[in-house]
Amino acid sequence: MRISPLKITAHILALLPAIWLFWQGWLLYDFQDNALTANPIKYIHHYTGDWAIRFLLLGLAISPLRRITGWNRVITFRRMIGLYAFFYVMLHLLNFIVLDYYFDWATIIKEIIKRPAITFGMTAIILLLPLAVTSTKGWIRRLGKKWVKLHKLIYPITILAVVHNFMMVKADILQPAIHMAILAVLLSYRLYSWFLLRKKASPANPKARRSKAVGSDVTTAAEKPCPPAMS
Amino acid sequence: MLFKFLKSSDVTSGEITPENIYLGRREFIQDTARIGAGAAAVATLGLTASPARAEVRALDNIIRDGAFGTDEKQTSYRAVTEYNNFYEFGTGKDDPARNAHSLRPRPWTVKIDGHVDNPGDYDIDDLIKPHMLQERVYRMRCVEAWSMVIPWVGIPLAQIIKKLGPTSQARYVRFETLVDKKQMPGQSRRVIKWPYAEGLRMDEAMNPLTLMAVGLYGKELPNQNGAPMRLVVPWKYGFKGIKSIVRISFVDRRPRNSWKRLAPKEYGFYANVNPEVDHPRWTQANERRIGDFRRRKTLMFNGYGEEVAHMYSGMNLKKYF
Repeated sequence: MRISPLKITAHILALLPAIWLFWQGWLLYDFQDNALTANPIKYIHHYTGDWAIRFLLLGLAISPLRRITGWNRVITFRRMIGLYAFFYVMLHLLNFIVLDYYFDWATIIKEIIKRPAITFGMTAIILLLPLAVTSTKGWIRRLGKKWVKLHKLIYPITILAVVHNFMMVKADILQPAIHMAILAVLLSYRLYSWFLLRKKASPANPKARRSKAVGSDVTTAAEKPCPPAMS
Repeated sequence: MLFKFLKSSDVTSGEITPENIYLGRREFIQDTARIGAGAAAVATLGLTASPARAEVRALDNIIRDGAFGTDEKQTSYRAVTEYNNFYEFGTGKDDPARNAHSLRPRPWTVKIDGHVDNPGDYDIDDLIKPHMLQERVYRMRCVEAWSMVIPWVGIPLAQIIKKLGPTSQARYVRFETLVDKKQMPGQSRRVIKWPYAEGLRMDEAMNPLTLMAVGLYGKELPNQNGAPMRLVVPWKYGFKGIKSIVRISFVDRRPRNSWKRLAPKEYGFYANVNPEVDHPRWTQANERRIGDFRRRKTLMFNGYGEEVAHMYSGMNLKKYF
C-alpha cells in the first residue's frame, strides 16, 4: 500500500503537538525547571485535553467539509483524525492517573464519582474506546451497518468532552465557549441535512429513499462519492 | 528541581544558586535550544517565549527574625514570579509575568476611608515608611490545589491599621485593586467584575500573621505579584491575597469579595484553607507543592491553626467556607 505525501504531512501535523510536549518534557528533565510552566502536570493536563477536543471537533467537521467543498478525498482522513483524538485523550488520561494522582486509585475513583465534570470526561473516554478498537477495516466489514450505528457515538462523546471542558474552567470561559460554538455549528449542520433528507424522502419522491444512506453523514470510507449538491 | 524522583539531590535554600547566575545559565540554554530544531515547532504552534523580566530594586533593613517562619524549601523566585493568578493581566498563569510591565507602581496613592480616624489619600511610601520591613516565609495555598513557600517582605497589617485608627464601628476591612485598562490590559475583558475586592474581619486583619507585603525574596514586589502593595493571609486560600491595592475601607458590614460574588457556591468570604471542605469541582484534601511531583496532604488552616483557629471556634466552617 502506498502512502500519499498528503497523508504523511497530515500525520506529521497531527503529531506536532505531541512532539512539542515531549520535547518540553525532555527539557524539564534536563534541568530546565520552567519548561511547561512551574506546574507542568497541570499544563500537560490542559494541553492534552485541548488537543483531544480539537481533534474531536475536526473529526466532526470532515463530512460537512466534504459536502460543502465537494473534496471527496478528505473523508479518507476521518479515521486518522479520530484516532489522533483518541491518542490525545489517552495522554490526557495517563497524565491524570500517573502524573497527577500517581495511581492513587482510591482518590481517582472518588473523584470520578464525586465530580460531575470528571464523570462526564470519563464517560466520554469509555465510549471512545470501542470506536478506537473498531476503527480497523476488518471491524468495519464485520460490523457492517452496525458499525455506522456504533460510530454515531462520536456525537455524545464530543458533547460530553466539550461540556467537561466547560465545567472545569474557573472564570474565563472564552476557550470552552469557542469549542461549544464550533460544536453547535457542526451539530446544526447535521440537523439541517437530516431535515433536508426527510423532505426529500417524502412518499412523493421514493427514489430519494434509497439515496439516504449516501446522504447521511456517517459514511464509511468505502462509500461512493457524494455530489456537492448538498451545500 | 521539579520531578524529585528524577534527581535525588535536594538542595536546602542556602545552597540555591544565586538567581543571576542561574538565570544567566538558563537563558543561555533556552536561547540555544530556541535557535535549534525547536524554533520551527514553537513558531508553528504560536507559543511565546518566556516573559521578559523587569528589574526590581533590592530592599534593605529587613528584620529577619524568622517570625512565624517555616524552614520548608522555598519555591524558586522564577516560579513565584512567573506562575500566578492575577486576572487584571490575563487569565493564564504566565500572563501576569508577560503583561504586568505596563503597571506603574510609583507614584501610587491609597485611599483610606470609612470608620477611621485618619482617612485620606496616602502616598504609598507614607504608609510604608513609619514601619520596619519584616521577612515572613509563608506557605501559600492556592484554591486550585497547588502551593508554594514564599519569603515575603512586608509590614504586619495590624501595625498599619493601628496608625490609621479605626473606630469601634469598623468591623471589617475592605480592600480594592486598581482599575485602569491601560495599566491592566486584562481588565478590558470583564472576566470578573472590576475592581477586584477582598475583605477581612477586623480580628483577622489584626492577626499577627496577616501581612501587607511590599516585596519578596528581599526585593520589591514584581508588578505581576501585586506591586506596590498586596495582602498576604497565609491561612486562607491565595485569592484572599488581593494585589495592587488602591483602597482600604473600614466598614461595619461584611464586604463582598470578588470570587464569592462570581461563584458563591464555590468560593466563600472566609476561604480558610480546609482539607475537609472540598471545592465542588475538586478535592481540597491535598495539594501539589510547586516543584514536587507527588501531591501532599493539605493542612487545616494551611498549618497555621495555632495562630488562627481560636478566631473561628464554634463556627461551622462547612457553612462559612
